Amino acid sequence: MSESTEIRDTSLRRSRRSDPSNRPAPTSRIEAVREDGGLDLGRIRGQRTARAGTLFLVLIIALIAASVLSAAIGQLFIPPLEVIGSLLGKVGLDWLPGPSHDFGEEALWQVRFPRVVMTVLVGAALAVAGAMMQGVFGNPLAEPGVVGVSSGAAVGASASILFGWSFLGAFTTPTFAFVSGLITTFIVYTVSRSGGRTEVITLVLTGVAVNAIAGAAIAYITFAAPTSAREQIVFWQMGSFNGSLWSQVGLILPLIVFGIIIAQTLAPGLDILSLGEKSARHVGINVERLRIIVMAVVALLVSAAVAFCGIIAFVGLVVPHIIRMIIGPGHRLLLPASVLGGAVLLSIADLAARTLVEFADLPIGMLTSLVGGPFFFYLIRRSRKESGGWA
Amino acid sequence: MSIITVGRSAVRRPEFPVAGKPIISVRGAEVSFGERTILAGIDLDIRCGEVLAIVGPNGAGKSTLVNVITADVELDAGKVFIDDEVEYSWSTRELAMRRAVLLQDIGMAFPFIVLEVVEMGRSPWAGMRESQHDDLIVAGSMSRTETVQFAARKFTSLSGGEKARVALARVLAQATPALLLDEPTAPMDIRHQELVLQQARDYASTGGAVVIIVHNLDLAGAYADRIAMLSDGSIIADGPPAEVLTADRISDVYDYPVSIVADPNTGAPLVVPVRAGRKED
Repeated sequence: MSESTEIRDTSLRRSRRSDPSNRPAPTSRIEAVREDGGLDLGRIRGQRTARAGTLFLVLIIALIAASVLSAAIGQLFIPPLEVIGSLLGKVGLDWLPGPSHDFGEEALWQVRFPRVVMTVLVGAALAVAGAMMQGVFGNPLAEPGVVGVSSGAAVGASASILFGWSFLGAFTTPTFAFVSGLITTFIVYTVSRSGGRTEVITLVLTGVAVNAIAGAAIAYITFAAPTSAREQIVFWQMGSFNGSLWSQVGLILPLIVFGIIIAQTLAPGLDILSLGEKSARHVGINVERLRIIVMAVVALLVSAAVAFCGIIAFVGLVVPHIIRMIIGPGHRLLLPASVLGGAVLLSIADLAARTLVEFADLPIGMLTSLVGGPFFFYLIRRSRKESGGWA
Repeated sequence: MSIITVGRSAVRRPEFPVAGKPIISVRGAEVSFGERTILAGIDLDIRCGEVLAIVGPNGAGKSTLVNVITADVELDAGKVFIDDEVEYSWSTRELAMRRAVLLQDIGMAFPFIVLEVVEMGRSPWAGMRESQHDDLIVAGSMSRTETVQFAARKFTSLSGGEKARVALARVLAQATPALLLDEPTAPMDIRHQELVLQQARDYASTGGAVVIIVHNLDLAGAYADRIAMLSDGSIIADGPPAEVLTADRISDVYDYPVSIVADPNTGAPLVVPVRAGRKED
């Protein structure tokens, strides 16, 4: 900075000169402060990369640990080493002994592993959908629920339970949930579009209206349903991974993997959208196209996630937020880190749901809301403090 | 980058600016919101190699004119030509290769660091040969705007004037033939106001076209090659500062008496509002 002071002095001295023949050029010239070596791009980027690298390493280790523990703990305890042994045995490696208990192998491969994989997939999908939603709305408080995916899915699921439809067998309810989630998002989006553009605030308010209508529809269906169906509807909405099957995993796996890959290609555009809609357009982003693709991918991911497991709130809100606090808001890293973070968080939540109360499988949606609600409150307080109001 | 770079081969690059050639032309632009007419038939050429200042009182339509040029407002009548073609014949990205825009609203939704914000200015060139020099261009535009010292800080933690300089650095990094600046100096101190206008001059001297909206008529008088004065949605004067900035015209347009004096150093017009002296003396 000393250099700049010096320059400023010279310019002042020059302009005070009284000799008219020796007047300075039109205006005294400001030389921008140049600090040699002051802009070390490599160093700044290196710091970020190192932080992100550490986070990814921690998340991967946490995910493996949480998954193995999840598979180990339950009514029948199987030591973690035996869990790993059973996994390795499946791919033909006899490094560790498998489960010593008679039903160990069966419990792992028919009950616990599908459940663990399902949890990981759903957690990843919800978190990455939340990160995209926040990016596209430019608001860290946005959630997939804003555009009515979850409530739409709930209407479809409840209706199929009420009418007892079963033409797709066990997949009837999930299919209805999936399709109605997609349709609801589509309706919210088209209704809030006008003149080829979509105002974010209109989109959010339309979402509020559609969510209210969906809530009324769910209430009516619950009211009209016979007792057993009513119970089913209520439990579907609370969310659970109880009874996850390989066949279900097989259905949602390709959808979620596809969604996550597309999400990653949208990362640079989402970064730039942070400049604001107009400015993003001015640097060459086709905002409208980006937004449509994001909506479609979010609807796909969330509909797939809730189809079998019901509504699990707040994962999409909390995970991207925590990750943003650690490695910054750049979506190229935020999205993959959210995939891992969501998987870890939901794995831990599901483990808690199964083990907190003995012989009971708590609804996981209830657990995540119980923890996520206060966290959401904290976020609101924090972002108000930071921006000095709602900005 | 896949979504952004789809159809890369079809992207039409801008040519290097030739001084004097109009890069942006507005013809008969009319805009009204409901009953209210905002722009009533604007004709304006923005030429390479010159700094054009757009001045006028509040509500004269300055920002709307910028919005017209950037296609953010629909025209009721008239056309905007960019690089000899009607605006809508260009893709969003091709437009971004031709004109960079600095709006008054320069907020960021998320706390990106300053370096990342400036790098966003390079995005229209992603995957093209121009992107080879990204680092050099980013570093250059940051040092020219005196933003190097907070390269690693979060954009959201900066003061208003610092944010404005970072936003300017981003726009400079876009390296386009035309530059549209909507009140870039509003939150800045004297030193940085002068710095911005000097950067605008430099930009024009290398062949770029610079359009700058300013409220400070002295700045416009000292640095602009041309001033276009707007009043009630029409351009009522367009020419060199000495011709446009006359006491009668300004007093009339701004509805306040002013007198014009010559800058003791340069002879450029300075606008002095007529003020009643203090009563005490």
